[in-house]
Amino acid sequence: MGQTIAEKIVSRHAGRQVMANEIAIVAVDGAMATDATAPLAITAFREMGGVRLWDPSRVVLVIDHAAPAPNEQVGNLHTLMRAFGREMGCVLYDVGEGICHQLMVEYGHVRPGQLILGADSHTPTYGALGAFAMGVGSTDLAAAWLTGQTWLKTPASIKIVLSGQLRPGVSAKDIILFLVKQLGTDGARYQAIEFTGTAIRELSLASRMTLANMTAEMGALTAFVDLQGLELPYQFDVVQPDPDAVYSTVYSFQVDDLRPQVAIPPAPSNVVPVDEVAGTPIQMAFIGSCTNSRLEDLHAAAAVLRGRKLAPGVRLIIAPASKQVMMMALRDGTMAALLEAGASFITAGCGPCVGTHQGIPGDDENVITSTNRNFRGRMGNPRANIYLAAPAVVAASALRGVITDPADVL
Amino acid sequence: MTVFRGIAHVYGDNIDTDRIIPGKYTKTLDVQTLAAHALEDLDPAFASRVRLGDILVAGHYFGAGSSREQAALAIKAAGISVVIARSFAGIFYRNAINIGLPLVEAPDHAILNGHQVWVDLGQGLVIDETAGCIYRATKMPPVMVAILRAGGLVNYLRQYGSYEAADRV
Repeated sequence: MGQTIAEKIVSRHAGRQVMANEIAIVAVDGAMATDATAPLAITAFREMGGVRLWDPSRVVLVIDHAAPAPNEQVGNLHTLMRAFGREMGCVLYDVGEGICHQLMVEYGHVRPGQLILGADSHTPTYGALGAFAMGVGSTDLAAAWLTGQTWLKTPASIKIVLSGQLRPGVSAKDIILFLVKQLGTDGARYQAIEFTGTAIRELSLASRMTLANMTAEMGALTAFVDLQGLELPYQFDVVQPDPDAVYSTVYSFQVDDLRPQVAIPPAPSNVVPVDEVAGTPIQMAFIGSCTNSRLEDLHAAAAVLRGRKLAPGVRLIIAPASKQVMMMALRDGTMAALLEAGASFITAGCGPCVGTHQGIPGDDENVITSTNRNFRGRMGNPRANIYLAAPAVVAASALRGVITDPADVL
Repeated sequence: MTVFRGIAHVYGDNIDTDRIIPGKYTKTLDVQTLAAHALEDLDPAFASRVRLGDILVAGHYFGAGSSREQAALAIKAAGISVVIARSFAGIFYRNAINIGLPLVEAPDHAILNGHQVWVDLGQGLVIDETAGCIYRATKMPPVMVAILRAGGLVNYLRQYGSYEAADRV
């Protein structure tokens, strides 16, 4: 019987043929933790009797969730991580380097066909590179630090075929918001998703990361974006599904007529075309997060805002995905255009997406954001309302002061 | 311990980890701080009302969203003995077992708030004693049963040293 991508990668890492729903002990190729999850993992690792990491070169720590530290408590957790990183000799990206998932890809800590654990729920982002990447909690990660292994139930797979070509001004974020609505918040619960089809071929690596990233919002364990059309600065083998691989469901969508999408509070699956919520007043706008804060996202915002000014009473906060992204945006004039329009830049990192610092909305405020979750309280205030959209929609809304289709202002 | 008896605190579907423990409270190693804010944005009275041994009951897809293990820790530190739901999100499910918080997936349960509930993990049974209803639980993978029996993943690995060694036992 043929195998899906997930079955092939799990089999390779288990050292035997494994099919969906089988439990397997697998070798891991990398383990990533952030300041939200590493401190608990360090505690668990010590309690397990851990003295050294199974392979320090494959362990990555990133200080991005509350960076720079907003208070002494978080400051001390960062100190704990740095001390652990020095002691163990592992890789550590400190304040301002950027968002964990961006750095894992930028610095080549993940390659096609690998099996990676990340102590963050958006770890499936690496599916943009064809890796089996799953989010785990701190103790599971600590166990991988100790043993170089984890256990998993091999997931069944869903195939999503995307054909056609996106209209100008419509992006991968609009595709994935549309899909989260179609499948629902647990529509892919504990499954792998394979994205394929002609619409994928046109997408940049950044856009593919956006697509894989929000499979977490459908409950997926992991995701794979077909590597066709993707150029990488190194040689790689493509793990292809067998023609007779078995899928739990196959979905096919045409993207040609897709309009910009908006997820209205309080669930990422409450998605409507932008015109259904156009005119809703917003007070805060945010472009950031592992979903949408790469150079092409800043370009999309600048295309809307260059030579213009934000609407009175609207603040636009931007947290680039990484220092490298910020440098590129600085060098090509994107940052200047956005600053002149009235935007504020904050340290590369997760910023206000996770509600810890650097832009917590006030009561009854409406926020439009390029992030991934609009749960109540997500951005730090349960009385604020969070709308999720693509960077172009966020920028157009910040320009008008109300939720706006970018086509109306471009 | 595989048998629990306690008062049910019942909530609905899609309770995400941000509502179990908001991100702003997760940056700590102190579980009592987590317990003090458990379910704060869902039910502000929960932390003060919950008693040691009580049972948390939810609908579909409990624990959606973030990988924060603090969500499971907050519930456990608040005194909850076992969580029953119609279904769980994958990462939350693993996290709870890993820290030694028992979970029961009972797809058909209709337990009501305040009812006395009896759970037998070994038998895979959930009983709403007040209503006189019995529900069957989904079977847990053997590796999880072993981790839970050890009291969590830390003890499991202290005991066996590796997954492979444990698998041979």
